[in-house]
Amino acid sequence: MFKEIKIPFSKEDIANLKAGDTIYLTGTVYTARDAAHKRMSELIEDGKKRGLDIDDILPFPVKGNVIYYMGPSPAKPGQVIGSAGPTTSGRMDKYTPQLLGMGLTAMIGKGKRTKEVYDSMKKNGAVYMAAVGGAGALLSKCIKSSDIIAFEDLGPEAVRKLYVERFPVIVVADATGRCIYDEI
Amino acid sequence: MRDLEVSLITKNIREMCIEANLFLEEDVEKAIRTAGYTETSETGRSVLSQIEDNLKIAGDERIPICQDTGMAVVFLEIGQEVHFTGGDITDAVNEGVRQGYEEGYLRKSVVNDPIERINTGDNTPAVIHFEIVPGDKVKLTVAPKGFGSENMSRIFMLKPADGIEGVKNAVINTAKEAGPNACPPFVIGVGIGGDFEKCALMSKKALTRSIQKDKSPADAAESKERNLYIKELEEELLLKINDTGLGPAGLGGRNTVLAVNIETFPTHIAGLPVAVNICCHVNRHKTRII
Ligand code: SF4
Repeated sequence: MFKEIKIPFSKEDIANLKAGDTIYLTGTVYTARDAAHKRMSELIEDGKKRGLDIDDILPFPVKGNVIYYMGPSPAKPGQVIGSAGPTTSGRMDKYTPQLLGMGLTAMIGKGKRTKEVYDSMKKNGAVYMAAVGGAGALLSKCIKSSDIIAFEDLGPEAVRKLYVERFPVIVVADATGRCIYDEI
Repeated sequence: MRDLEVSLITKNIREMCIEANLFLEEDVEKAIRTAGYTETSETGRSVLSQIEDNLKIAGDERIPICQDTGMAVVFLEIGQEVHFTGGDITDAVNEGVRQGYEEGYLRKSVVNDPIERINTGDNTPAVIHFEIVPGDKVKLTVAPKGFGSENMSRIFMLKPADGIEGVKNAVINTAKEAGPNACPPFVIGVGIGGDFEKCALMSKKALTRSIQKDKSPADAAESKERNLYIKELEEELLLKINDTGLGPAGLGGRNTVLAVNIETFPTHIAGLPVAVNICCHVNRHKTRII
């Protein structure tokens, strides 16, 4: 049974989401994978040193938002986006606690994360969800708009703003620190 | 000698890159459907039905099955009577990959250097394996490989005393560790014997074989020659890995692996190399003989 949830998540949504729940998500998500995370992390460090407002220098405000670890295949003429399934989240673990500390509320990807990430999720009240890896054609049908908003030179790794409708995910780890991968 | 224009290789590679990313082989599709019937976990069934729907959408609307359209792995078995004309064969293969990834709207996932990491923009170079065989034909196999599963592949230089139990543990532990990262249900290629690189190459090649045991005529002939213990080992590993309960997408369930394909080769008195190449359910490969 899929529950319908809208993004942005409210505090209650986060508290109510339990590991193992299957959900249809509707709302805005931002894509970022390896190279975009590296750049965002460098921008944050640099911004801190120079005393800048971090939200002004990042491609999107992290607080309250959702990141989808995804780099699509190119869209054909007339398509919103090409194939668009999740990539392995663990490669982003090095950068994730920093973003969670800044108020990131959810991540969509696939696969295991480190203990640091789960601890930070618990501390900051965030959830981690998985979409089905290798179902990129199906998932692309749930993406209604896609705009490159930063790092266009990175090609498939550019940061995109997506609007998704009834995008199917499963909650892997909830804000209490429970993770279904640990229970299998 | 048979003269063969390399432009013909380019044309075929181009078409095969596109085809491989839109359509799985019938045996893999069938194994996914069977998994759907036999799955006991509700989440597992939901994952498998998404995977099945995805294959249909991919084929009908010509959207790549997975956004990671892979690094192009190309095997060429070249008959020794063949004489290539009209250019460099390696360039011809890479040109086919370049055209296929561009025209097929496939993702360009290759970077120029492992440390510098600048995208080459056309998914080249391909990883190309040449082999010289008898005859005057060329057998081309294109197998785009995603890195979610490639990253979870392992090689073990076991001791002869580790024996068959050591081999089993190596394969089962690799599958367990791969877990949800490598998009199960998997197809697992195993190379046993040879030396360090030979077993790795066998494990990759094993992924391009039919997974329907003894169903295709080519496989039936091949399996007669293969030792019975290898077939038994394939079946035992399939059961044991499914017993882990990892399941589709690693979210729990019965269907963790669709098939285990093993290749072997003689080895040194002092060694027992084992390579385990994990592939996701998007086990892509196309073969043509020209
Ligand atoms: S492991 Fe396979 S199914 Fe998963 S994202 Fe990579 S190519 Fe796609």
